[in-house]
Amino acid sequence: MAIEVRIPTILRNYTGGAKAVSAEGATLDELISNLESAHPGIKERLVDQGNLRRFVNVYLNDEDVRFLGGLGTPVSDGDTVTVLPAVAGG
Amino acid sequence: MRFDSLIESVGRTPLVGLPRLSPAPDVRVWAKLEDRNPTGSIKDRPALWMIEQAEKDGLLTPGCTILEPTSGNTGISLAMSAKLKGYRLICVMPENTSEERRQLLRMWGAEIISSPAAGGSNEAVRRAKELAAANPSWVMLYQYGNPANWRSHYETTGPEILADLPTVTHFVAGLGTTGTLMGVGRFLRERVPDVKIVAAEPRYGELVYGLRNVDEGFIPELYDESVLTTRYSVGSADALRRTRELLASEGIFAGVSTGAALHAALGVAAKAVKAGERADVVFVVADGGWKYLSTGAYEGTLDEAEERLEGQLWA
Repeated sequence: MAIEVRIPTILRNYTGGAKAVSAEGATLDELISNLESAHPGIKERLVDQGNLRRFVNVYLNDEDVRFLGGLGTPVSDGDTVTVLPAVAGG
Repeated sequence: MRFDSLIESVGRTPLVGLPRLSPAPDVRVWAKLEDRNPTGSIKDRPALWMIEQAEKDGLLTPGCTILEPTSGNTGISLAMSAKLKGYRLICVMPENTSEERRQLLRMWGAEIISSPAAGGSNEAVRRAKELAAANPSWVMLYQYGNPANWRSHYETTGPEILADLPTVTHFVAGLGTTGTLMGVGRFLRERVPDVKIVAAEPRYGELVYGLRNVDEGFIPELYDESVLTTRYSVGSADALRRTRELLASEGIFAGVSTGAALHAALGVAAKAVKAGERADVVFVVADGGWKYLSTGAYEGTLDEAEERLEGQLWA
């Protein structure tokens, strides 16, 4: 079993249009590197100088990873990672 | 309770327990009924505070035009206050918001400029900023960056919760402008050791995230990550399910964003039970369900309701 990564519309040009892809890794950082090897170019859209990009939100099982440990957040088989751009509410 | 005018009656809303949905005798969930404000939503608090602060600062004088990007509730609250205080109001609103909101705005005398559905409130904010630049005499209160927004909750919502429930351990609210969480969060953190401040962020259908690239995202200027303990993304299926559960179990008829807050509240309550800790979890009922009847949120199966809500801004 692998980890499901849900890709927002604006990044699907890297995944051949796929809404969700599988990846592996023990941490979010490793997961994103693994994603990069299968979908070159996507990492740069998510990470900038070792941090998540400002307008990119990543959720591990619906919880914002910025409150869990950022890129160092541990992930495991069966988890779901969701990537979304930051949008306004209110 | 007696007040000199409708405006004076903003706030002092009930805090009610949820005896059926609370998971254990010492892990209780409480609803702060913000639909009991004059125009039916929590936004009456920040709207009034932003207007009165602008008056104090000399920015707003009788006859002025107020401009605001809003998906609905803030606009409706501003429209009521503007009507009573003699201001003209122009709201920039995404076209994928419910018909009830538009009718209410027009009823209170506001003018509506629609922004494209794709991009959601981001587009409304962008459009309003352009209009403000082109019309320097208009006053944009700008709920996303106006400190009077969070101050209203720091001065009123927070103190009300603590007075009614001194044993509060968690505060959960929807994340939009972030004003509620920043204001109540800061107030409680200063007074309640180890209080948890939890955000429930609505996760919409794909259309709403239709930005051209990830650098065009939006984070409200008011947002300060350090006030929050954590933040959950809640999809429309969970929000709808919890909205219906709240009505079926506790009789509370709330809007869809309340379902998202309840989902996060029940999540943290369940964690407290598992950890063997006592908890008093307060969550915000931001508005009643009235304005969402036309979306079909309360009819048919959950799947049907979710499908109808696709592409709508429900918070």
